[in-house]
Amino acid sequence: MKILVPVKRVIDYNVRPRVKADGSGVDLANVKMSMNPFDEIAVEEAIRLKEKGAAEEIIAVSIGPAKAQETLRTALAMGADRAILVQTDDQVEPLAVAKILKAIADEEAPGIVMLGKQAIDDDSNQTGQMLAALMGRPQGTFASKVEVSGDSVTVTREVDGGLETESLKLPAVVTTDLRLNEPRYASLPNIMKAKSKPLATKSPADYGVDTTPRLKVTKVSEPPVRQAGVKVANVDELVAKLKALGVA
Amino acid sequence: MKTLVYVEHDNQHLKDATLATVTAAAKLGDVDLLVAGSGCKAVADAASKIAGVGKVLLADDAAYEHQLAENVAPLVAGLMDGHDAFLSPATTTGKNIAPRVAAMLDVMQVSDIIGIEGDKTFVRPIYAGNAIATVESSDAKLVITVRGTAFDKAAAEGGSASIENVSGPGDAGLSSFVGAEVAASERPELTSAKVIVSGGRALKDAETFQQVIIPLADKLGAAVGASRAAVDAGYVPNDYQVGQTGKIVAPEVYIAVGISGAIQHLAGMKDSKTIVAINKDEDAPIFQVADIGLVADLFQAVPELTSKL
Repeated sequence: MKILVPVKRVIDYNVRPRVKADGSGVDLANVKMSMNPFDEIAVEEAIRLKEKGAAEEIIAVSIGPAKAQETLRTALAMGADRAILVQTDDQVEPLAVAKILKAIADEEAPGIVMLGKQAIDDDSNQTGQMLAALMGRPQGTFASKVEVSGDSVTVTREVDGGLETESLKLPAVVTTDLRLNEPRYASLPNIMKAKSKPLATKSPADYGVDTTPRLKVTKVSEPPVRQAGVKVANVDELVAKLKALGVA
Repeated sequence: MKTLVYVEHDNQHLKDATLATVTAAAKLGDVDLLVAGSGCKAVADAASKIAGVGKVLLADDAAYEHQLAENVAPLVAGLMDGHDAFLSPATTTGKNIAPRVAAMLDVMQVSDIIGIEGDKTFVRPIYAGNAIATVESSDAKLVITVRGTAFDKAAAEGGSASIENVSGPGDAGLSSFVGAEVAASERPELTSAKVIVSGGRALKDAETFQQVIIPLADKLGAAVGASRAAVDAGYVPNDYQVGQTGKIVAPEVYIAVGISGAIQHLAGMKDSKTIVAINKDEDAPIFQVADIGLVADLFQAVPELTSKL
């Protein structure tokens, strides 16, 4: 089967985002961008399934500006076979992303669509679930273990109280949690090889999807700043402070 | 506006996260509750006592026992003819089901709201809480998940809502529940605890974590949390994790022990009322958000603190 892996280009997770002074958004000019960490885990899991013989081909797809090509090349260097860039400079919301992915899935007929559980920029945690709904397929969200057997996939999910295991009929949508795996680094030879792997460029219009945002962002502001605290010299002072708070 | 709130439960007990969601829903209009499960009449009874609730819709069917999104989402979507907004707690259950409902209704979900500024205007954190966005929906119907720590809990007693049986399409036949491993804990639940003691990588191993953190937590009647580093290193199970990818908490007092304060961790706890940090590195980022800091070796300071409380 094929595995479709959507990846997103986001601000690098180590960068502290700065809110623009005019409140219009977060300043992304000259900021280091990388593949969304959850998507790296999705790419890694797809590659592992291919290495186990459970999948034949891995298609990475990204929706975003021309620079999202770099993100796709990273996925190709890790081990994806080919890539599709749906190029647009607009902000595309999870619902529209899910619709584009649905159209691609209709063409490619993947057995599994493997996504990250959330992107670390908008923190929405929606795209995978929305895609599964549009496809009318089951969803295995927040996966920490994925096992394909025959025409089903068993997914262990990280839920609030612990772990939960579900069996899903293939084709299915799986979203990855942090503990699913440790993504590999692309080696230099593989980075060079990735440059010659196929990368098709499309537009949202090719898939007949309207990307007009449903949510209008009216303001982006800094979170409230915490007041500077005090340092205590020793445990006795800390005990006194805790007692004053009524904790002890 | 008529709102429908998803009740979080385990077929026996109603979970607290529901109460904060009811408060958020009440700001928008009339509140109906949906209890979907199997053998869950006790939950519907508890739900009917929540103050400010119009009616409780009870969908009691084997197909809903484990609240699989494939089965529950069509049930919810079907009930949305009579409602303008669907609100769910931003728990793993809510995050799993709500976007599926939103896509079925062809609307964009507003995730993890922390404020309501108008009928269709909401406030939510982005970039791991490093920015706060105000968003206005243009959709006819709203699908929203609610951050439990951002809203007061509605009173669990005092209401007398009627209970009405509803049914949906039942089992979609796409997925099945295999099993669950529930982490046993007799402590207060992390997301609703007043005091949390959290440990990081500096705790060295599972045994040391138990020896250092647990007695302090016991003394304070606190819930126990952890940083991702501590979870990844196997000191504690993953459901202890506080942060962008774990639980979002906002207790009265959060005590961070041996936690450096990476932005992903801060995303989960920086709305705590008072933050106490114990760390031997005086340059650790945690001290930039801590109200009370103690620069000390935790292996001496924490046992001393425990004994003096």
